[in-house]
Order: sequence, then structure tokens, then C-alpha cells
Amino acid sequence: MKIYLIQRLAQMLVILLGVLMLTFVLSRILPGSPVEMMLGHRPSPEQIEAVRTELGLDKPIAMQFMVYLKGLAQGDLGTSLHTGQPVTSDLFNRFGATFELTTIALLLVVVMGIPLGVVSAVRQNTLSDHLVRSGSIAGMALPVFLIAMLLQMLFYGQLGWFPLQGRINAEIALDYPFAQRTGLYLVDTLLAGQWPAFKSAVLHLVLPVFTLVMASIAVVTRITRNTMVEVLQQDHIRTLQAYGVSRRRIYYRYALKATLIPLLTVIGLAYGYMLGGSVVVEFIFDWPGMGGYAVGGITRNDFPAVMGVTLLLAVIYLSMNLVIDLLYHLVDPRLELP
Amino acid sequence: MNTPNTAGESRPPGATSLGMSRSAPVNLPSAPTRGALAVGFSVRNKLFVFGAGLFGLILLTALFAPWLAPYDPNAINFAVKLDPPSWTHWMGTDDLGRDILSRVIYGARTSLIIGFNVILIAMAIGVPIGLLSGYFGGRLDMVLMRVTDVFLAFPPLLLPIAITAALGPSLVNAMLALAISWFPWYARIMRGAVMSIRSQLFVSAARTMRISQLKILVRHILPNAWTPALVQASMDFGYTILAAASLSFIGIGAKPPTIEWGLMVALSRSKFLDFWWTAAFPGLAIFITVLAVNLIGDGLRDILDPRARGV
Repeated sequence: MKIYLIQRLAQMLVILLGVLMLTFVLSRILPGSPVEMMLGHRPSPEQIEAVRTELGLDKPIAMQFMVYLKGLAQGDLGTSLHTGQPVTSDLFNRFGATFELTTIALLLVVVMGIPLGVVSAVRQNTLSDHLVRSGSIAGMALPVFLIAMLLQMLFYGQLGWFPLQGRINAEIALDYPFAQRTGLYLVDTLLAGQWPAFKSAVLHLVLPVFTLVMASIAVVTRITRNTMVEVLQQDHIRTLQAYGVSRRRIYYRYALKATLIPLLTVIGLAYGYMLGGSVVVEFIFDWPGMGGYAVGGITRNDFPAVMGVTLLLAVIYLSMNLVIDLLYHLVDPRLELP
Repeated sequence: MNTPNTAGESRPPGATSLGMSRSAPVNLPSAPTRGALAVGFSVRNKLFVFGAGLFGLILLTALFAPWLAPYDPNAINFAVKLDPPSWTHWMGTDDLGRDILSRVIYGARTSLIIGFNVILIAMAIGVPIGLLSGYFGGRLDMVLMRVTDVFLAFPPLLLPIAITAALGPSLVNAMLALAISWFPWYARIMRGAVMSIRSQLFVSAARTMRISQLKILVRHILPNAWTPALVQASMDFGYTILAAASLSFIGIGAKPPTIEWGLMVALSRSKFLDFWWTAAFPGLAIFITVLAVNLIGDGLRDILDPRARGV
């Protein structure tokens, strides 16, 4: 186990180095140069030269990369060219927003998607099965941005139940201030005991969370149903039936357990989906998270920001996958660690 | 043999859990009763036929766009600016008075071209890598697979965004970027398929007969190993269209005057709350196209890959 873990972590480091190299090269060939963006209109050649030296852009690319790695080893991701803040603090502020959004969405997907899949499998070829199945086939074909806009149209435009975008109502946040301790508004507002601010944060979360849920629940439901259908045909289930074990107990106690491994895979998959989908969702809902930071950094030629955000997202994604692989072993000790 | 079980081994979004799963064993289905199999398959078949029919219509629409479109898709007419759907403009008009139906019809061309190109390029890169990696194994395999791992370490959609930005936002670059982020899946799948047949008798026979390695790979291994990749391609086609639309939507894909559905939705963003038709119809077009393609993909998988049937 220990050896396996070390192996995997080492492998992860190698991959991350590759990710860094790839994004480093990519961001260095971005069209236009940040220098012109920083200096504005018609800078003199001397000014350009000065800034290039200051940013270290006059050195060869391999050297620049080594400098970056050296900073990284000391926990320094550089300074964002746009915000003028260290990338690490920018990321810290924005991580909370994305984390809050994706975690709640993931929980909802698991809590709703798995039972739907089980129901669909247990009542195979009934009306509810057909509804769930056609729902998930349709769900997989819906573009994320369309879901978001439909929700905005209905719940903001027509009903006026939820706000259009943003993370919290600015006026309410001013009237009921709260310290950003965790970066999660739900937690922070509660810690500060500011109910109106908490309510505003919840209301702002609803539409983006549901967009993410609708965009990724189809995969979860579909795979739950399919593995459950397989499991229900197996001999040990028939034996349980013969012993007179109640249906509910068979489904949720025995059959679902046998589907845990594919389910874990799916949860990892859904999470990756969400990290990707959050880029679009944050864009539409003007959500101040990492996705928006990445897109903004890319369109503004902000190298350090782009590098930082891709690195962080890749780390999250890879760790999630590692955790899931370890969970496989916990769930089913017969599985040998590869 | 180094089993690549690094992170990112999960499926590409839009695909299901079949075939190349993680290292965890997939429960092999015990044989379903013949009746259940027949019922399941016929339902699938109906959906497949439905999807294929729908896709045929979309294909025809794309081919005959100039004859089908009631108006010039780029004709600006401020007199009918933002008109709701009516008998003269079935899907209404946009803020420049352009006929949305005509634009949706022309948009079919763009989306299909994107889908085909991305998958073709991704396969053109991924299939040879998978072939070499699976056939020769050893150090070559390790290096190639580690390289694909790097591409798989990005959450979906993030890599295409980064690459498109680096190459410069345009439709062609968006297609390239999508293909670059997609090729690892084909490499992986091809590699798995090749590994499972490379030690079979006909391959050793070919080797004993001193047929060149290249010829063995292309004439003997490839035709026997490409079904899973083909199935994957049919499943990915729809997701590619979705992803390309998303790139256009956030402003780094197609640019005007290209007529692209995602771009049409994006351009309607500031006014869709009051003028729903500007977003709804192009959005619906994406949905229907991807749905048709996914149904075909599901059906093809059942037909070409019988082991996965009923799942």
C-alpha cells in the first residue's frame, strides 16, 4: 500500500511537470505580448525592454521555465499581470467560490442521480425506467450554456425567484459584513451570524448549482442503472430472493454495494465534468471562481495566472482520481493495487 | 508491462463507462435471458433508427442549405429587427434583422464539419500512437503513454480552452485544440485493442513469414483492432459538437461572420431574457443534432461491440 502510494505520487509529479511544461510553452506562444498590454498605448522601445527584463522575458524559454519552477518550489506562483496580486492569493480567493459551487453540485448529483438509476434499474422497462432513460439521453445532449440560460429565463426572467448572476447581493454584503475565513460564503456568513447574507448566498447558488447538476447527472444515472441491471441478474441476488430477503433490502443493502466501484468511477468522472463545466457556468453566472479566472487570464495574456490555475485544477483532478483509486481498494480488498 | 493507471483514466465526458475502464474489473454481465436481450435490443434499434433518420435529415439540411433557407442568412434588415417568430420568419429575427431559421439551417454545415474534422484529426494522431504503443510495448510504450497522461491530466474543456487561446481564437484553431485534447483517448483505446491481439496466432504467423513490421501493423493488426476506436468516435462526435459550441460561446471559437449555433446563442446573451427566440432555436438545433448523433453512437456500439449489449 505504502509503496503503491509513493509510486502513484511520483507518477503524479512527473505528469504535473509535463502539464507545467505544456502550459508554459502554450502561454509563451500566446498571441500578443503582455508587455504591450501593460504599457498601454505606444510605449517606447526602452520601456518595452525594461519591462521585458523585469519580467524575465528576455531570457531563453528554458531558463524562464527553471525560474518559474524555482519559485514554485517556494510556493510562489508569480504575480498576476492583470490584478497585480500574487497568483497564490488570487487563487485562494477564487478557489472557495469554485469549491463551494462544485461540491454542492456533486453532492446533489450523487444524492439524486444514484437513486434515480436504482429506481430505473429495479423497475426495468416500466414507465419510470423509460422516463429516467430518455431523460438521461436528452440530458447528455444539452449544452451547458443552454441549460444555464433556460434556467435564467425561467427563474429570473419569468418567476423572479432567483438572482441572475453573481455570488452575493452587493448591498446585502455591505449591510451585513462577514469575514472571509474559509472562502466559502455559506460557511463564512453562518460563522458571522449574518442571516440575510447567508440567505443571499444561498439564493445566488441555486441556479449555477442546478445547471451543473443537470449537466452531469445524466452520466451518473445512466451508469448506475446499467451496472445495477447487471448485478440484479447475478446468482447471489437470486439466492437472496430465494431466502425471502425483502426487495428493498436486496436493492439498497446488497445490490448497490456490488455497484460501488463503477459508481466511484462515475463520481470521479462527474467531478471532472464539473470542473470543466464550471468554466462555462462561471462565465454565464459571473461567478468569481477559478474558471472565470482562467478564461480571463487567457484572454488578457496573463501567463502567471493561466499557469497557476491550470496547475491547481490539474492537481485537484489528479488527486481526486488518486483518491478514487485508493477507495477501490478499500471498497473491495480483493482488488490488487495495480 | 506497465499498466497505465494514472489519473485521468476516467472516461472522456460524453462517453459511458464501457470498454477501457479503470483498473477496476468491470462486472461482466451474466447472460441475460434471451427474451430480455431481444426486447432491449429492439428498443435500442428503434432509437438507433430514429437517431439515424434525424441525422440524415440534418445532413440533408446541411447539404442543401442554400435551397432550403428562405432568406440569405447574412442579409441585414433593420426593418424586421428582433421580430418574434411569425409566418414570414418562422424562428423570428435577430438584432440585425437576420432570419434565424436561415442561420440555423446554415449552422448545420458548421457543426457537422467541426464534428467530422475534430474526430478525424484526433484519430489521425491517436490511432498511430496506440498502434505503435500497443504493438512494440516496452520503453516506447511507456514514453508514449506518459505523454498522453499529461494531456489527460486536464479536466475536460480546460485544455482545449488553453490551446485555442494559445493558437489564437478561431474556428480552425478550436477544432485543432479539440482534436489535440481528444487524441489520447484514441491512443488508449487503440493500444488496448492491439495488445489484446498482438500475441494471437495470425500475428506470429505473419511474423514467421517475414512480413515487414509496418505491413503487419497496417494490414493485419489495424483491421482487427479498430472497432472500439470506431465506436468511440461515434460516441464522441456529439460531444465534440457540444464542446465546440461551448468554446464559441465563451468567445474563443467561431467568430462572425461564421454561422455557428454556439456563437448565435452567445450573441443573444444580452437580450435573450426579452427575446427568447434568439437563443432558443440555435440552442435547440445543437440539442437535436447531438441527440441524434448520440443515439447513433449507442446503436453502433450495440451492433459493433456485442459484449456491451444491453448495457
